[in-house]
Amino acid sequence: MMFLSIVRQIIGGFGTTLLLFFFTLLFSMPLGILFAVARMSKFKPLQMFMQVFISILRGTPLMLQLIVVFFMPFYVFGLKLSTGWRLYAALIGFSINYAAYFGEIFRAGIQAVPTGQREAAEVLGFTRMQTFWRIVFPQMVKRVVPPVTNEVITLVKDTSMAFAIAYAEMFTMAKQVAAQMSNILPLFVAGIFYYVFNIVVAGIMGMIEKKLDYFE
Amino acid sequence: MSLFEINNVGKSFGDLKVLHDISVKVEEGEVVAIIGPSGSGKSTLLRCATMLETMDSGSLIYLGEKAAQNDAQGRTVYASPAELRRIKGYFGLVFQNFNLFPHFSVLRNLTEAPVHVQKRDRKEVEKEALELLAKIGLSGKENYYPQQLSGGQQQRVAIARALAMKPKMLFFDEPTSALDPELTGEILKVIRQLAAIKMTMVIVTHEMGFARDVADRVIFMDGGYIIEEGDPHDVISNPREGRTKQFLARFSDQGMDID
Repeated sequence: MMFLSIVRQIIGGFGTTLLLFFFTLLFSMPLGILFAVARMSKFKPLQMFMQVFISILRGTPLMLQLIVVFFMPFYVFGLKLSTGWRLYAALIGFSINYAAYFGEIFRAGIQAVPTGQREAAEVLGFTRMQTFWRIVFPQMVKRVVPPVTNEVITLVKDTSMAFAIAYAEMFTMAKQVAAQMSNILPLFVAGIFYYVFNIVVAGIMGMIEKKLDYFE
Repeated sequence: MSLFEINNVGKSFGDLKVLHDISVKVEEGEVVAIIGPSGSGKSTLLRCATMLETMDSGSLIYLGEKAAQNDAQGRTVYASPAELRRIKGYFGLVFQNFNLFPHFSVLRNLTEAPVHVQKRDRKEVEKEALELLAKIGLSGKENYYPQQLSGGQQQRVAIARALAMKPKMLFFDEPTSALDPELTGEILKVIRQLAAIKMTMVIVTHEMGFARDVADRVIFMDGGYIIEEGDPHDVISNPREGRTKQFLARFSDQGMDID
């Protein structure tokens, strides 16, 4: 019975982990495209700003970034931090951090599309937007699936870092339960949840990869 | 009025001047072959004509409409992007490496630009695309992806993709250079068919025999200059200039069949 009660409590935390996971993906991927495009901008100041910005996001601990985002409203605007803010702070921190990684992956993917593709589109009269969305983007997606899979799997585990701002995701819950029970079993149960979830994630990404097999 | 006109093009890459004051006019229905050694500037000229490369100086005119012209200082100034996109509808370009869109089926390679650039009716465009595929002997391949086709078939699709835009003229940039020798024939056949229906074409090629047979005029380029220009039989069989003779002799030395 003890085991079942552990599982029940951890499932409660798993919901918040899922929430963090899905919304981070939802926001960080489009933001990553924006980062990639800005990073490749012909407008030098923007390009350099993005280079430094991405370098900081990748070069400092995610945990620190979460703390900075969490306390920002207090230190910068003098606002009182509400409990609800934890989720938003976590989402903002995760999304921006992952956008930096996705952005660099997308940039590599975009640059790997042969110049000839862009030239063919240009001669056919496509606008720059059409060329990007119709010609470059689909080919980029195919190329970036394997490295993106890596990031997505890492994100599943990284959600546990939200404990830094006391956001009650699964790992935070598991730790609390473990402390109450003076038993590490809850942590193992949480580990199983992460692992099973990641098997599902890897399976889905594998299916996407296969689905894109129809072109070279 | 010429269909195509490029006047006094100058083009440098860094310190290297690759085009020296080149002018070419092409009349409707004319087939012009451009030959010359690699590095002679012939591909750069084609890329300037198709606006993949910007000219340093000179003007570019299609059907009397100026895509680019010289300013008072003799520097090229291009028309607005929207204007250029419209002018790009007058010509098509066939690349050496085909550059088909790998993520689109053969049919969608043909229909994407007419539907989304020219905003034509998809049904009508698809019908025409299927007719085009039939003409180049690729009926039944419309749902294939480029990688499932041979190089020769891919290049034929690339020609059809250009034709689907209903251009006034076609440019070919060494259309057979990336193909196995036994596959070049099928491309040359399609170009011959186009010549027979009086399609205006400018072809950069190393196929001397083909250039002589199909072209109305041959231009020999070397070092960024037009060395010799005229009737294909004169230029290829009886060149006047020493440089042309030297170049063509190298082809016969290599056992390439000029006849």
